[in-house]
Amino acid sequence: MKITEEMVDYVSILSRLKLPEEEKAKMTGELEQIVSYMDVLARLDTSEIEPMSHVFPVRNVFRADEVVPSYSRAELLKNAPVPDKEAFLVPKTVE
Amino acid sequence: MELMELTALELGAAIKKGEVSVPEATRAALNRVSEANPENNAFITVTAEAAMARAEELQKGVKDASAPLYGVPMALKDNICTKGVKTSCASKILGDFAPVYDATLVEKLEQGGNVLLGKLNMDEFAMGSTSETSYYGPVKNPWATDHVPGGSSGGAAAAVAAGECWYAVGSDTGGSIRQPASYCGVTGMKPTYGTVSRYGLIAYASSLDQMGPLARTAADCAAVLDAVTGKDKRDGTSLGGTYGSLLAALDGKVKGMKIGIPDDCFGDGLDAEVSQAVLAVAEVLRARGAQVEHFALPVMEYVVPTYYIIAAAEASSNLSRFDGVKYGWRAEGYEDLTDLYNKTRTEGFGAEVKRRILLGTFVLSTGYYDAYYKKALQVKAVIKKAYDEAFSNYDLILTPVAPTTAPRLGESLSDPLKMYLSDIYTVPLNLAGLPGLSMPCGLDQNGMPIGAQLIGPALGEQKVLNAAHAFQMDTDFHKMAPKGGTAQ
Repeated sequence: MKITEEMVDYVSILSRLKLPEEEKAKMTGELEQIVSYMDVLARLDTSEIEPMSHVFPVRNVFRADEVVPSYSRAELLKNAPVPDKEAFLVPKTVE
Repeated sequence: MELMELTALELGAAIKKGEVSVPEATRAALNRVSEANPENNAFITVTAEAAMARAEELQKGVKDASAPLYGVPMALKDNICTKGVKTSCASKILGDFAPVYDATLVEKLEQGGNVLLGKLNMDEFAMGSTSETSYYGPVKNPWATDHVPGGSSGGAAAAVAAGECWYAVGSDTGGSIRQPASYCGVTGMKPTYGTVSRYGLIAYASSLDQMGPLARTAADCAAVLDAVTGKDKRDGTSLGGTYGSLLAALDGKVKGMKIGIPDDCFGDGLDAEVSQAVLAVAEVLRARGAQVEHFALPVMEYVVPTYYIIAAAEASSNLSRFDGVKYGWRAEGYEDLTDLYNKTRTEGFGAEVKRRILLGTFVLSTGYYDAYYKKALQVKAVIKKAYDEAFSNYDLILTPVAPTTAPRLGESLSDPLKMYLSDIYTVPLNLAGLPGLSMPCGLDQNGMPIGAQLIGPALGEQKVLNAAHAFQMDTDFHKMAPKGGTAQ
């Protein structure tokens, strides 16, 4: 599988990453090597096999919808890089 | 009595008998940490004051204590949430993040009377096989400081090996407990998926992540697992009521046990010294009455690509929460919100984490989803079936943990694919959800530890621990301690 810098640009946008040019060139080569190796899976015929997301038959775990106290806002905001007294602050996004 | 040479259970018994106090044990461990940490960098955070205060408090309750590890000092990998104590995942992006809650595992350990010494270094976000990708600098192997301790729970393995704590808890997504345990000559176990609640474990790949112990012996691992397993309503994938006390049922009986050796795990790429030492484990168990047979497990060539596709896909989703807004570190000099995200994530994540996020985003993207992600989930079913079939014939499977002993520092990061390939023997257990234990079984010609892996069927922890205990009753490999310095 050929990986181009355009493909890396595209997944970088989706990932909210913006690699510097030289880092991008190196990453493109490494990803191509890794993805090419993964193509070994194509050798295996899996047309009749259901994709397996969970290994054990645990399904639909329900709980009662009870109101419980949430964490203190002041405590949570202590970890924010730029908070005020009641919110996370970010650059203005809507004019 | 050399305190730091005791096993966790021996120390627990000595505390109960009053031969040593909890503060004495804690002080001894903290002294050892101050000595060893400048050498091996196993700890990111040492909570000395809180540990001594906790030790004093626990000492008052010794008489009434019943937990076998009551008062025994230990440490946690730094991706396990501890209330009010910095939890960094060894990443710049989390800054000085201090969680507002404890992981369920941390609450359970506290109920059992643990003393927390601090938080352990690791590969950034548990992504790596060497513990060199940490923002806080690489961990060094106590057996030879020019070698890596393995990863990603390298700090946990190094701390136990260097005698800085009696046990540690790490996490294992593709071998991150077992492989460093192997490289550092300690015993480590990844239990069956779902046996330990993941609530409060910062997620890497949620369908594969599982926490477990690293300690000196299989018996210590059993005692830790007894304390931390169980159903948790805060983790929908946790299982409950699966088995009784692993420690109480630990008898080392392997008579009649059928042990399978997959020839596909002993082929090309496996170091001859490692192969020899692992096969010798089978002979020890055979002498105790186990039956040993060789068999074919023809899925090994698929396990690494399947693992890295699934793990990277889940990582790309899990790590989207790190955005410089809610917690942790934020970059400077951004123009707008998107630029804030881009700059924070590009500067806040290291190269290996970015590689896996990009890879995961790629395999989930339109046009490639079916060929990679969906395909990997299908192959996962094939791999699971191969193990199910093997366990219809055998009680346990014996393999190496890693193809070689610990590589030198700096040798692995230049070739990521080569590093991924070294995970071949450990990743299939995470894909199939199975329990696996790594235990020391020899030294190579450079004096570096070799590990053997015992694999059980789902919820077969007791069988795995019994076989490991039997091996440790008859051999002294688990008693070897590093002499330090550089490799011979």
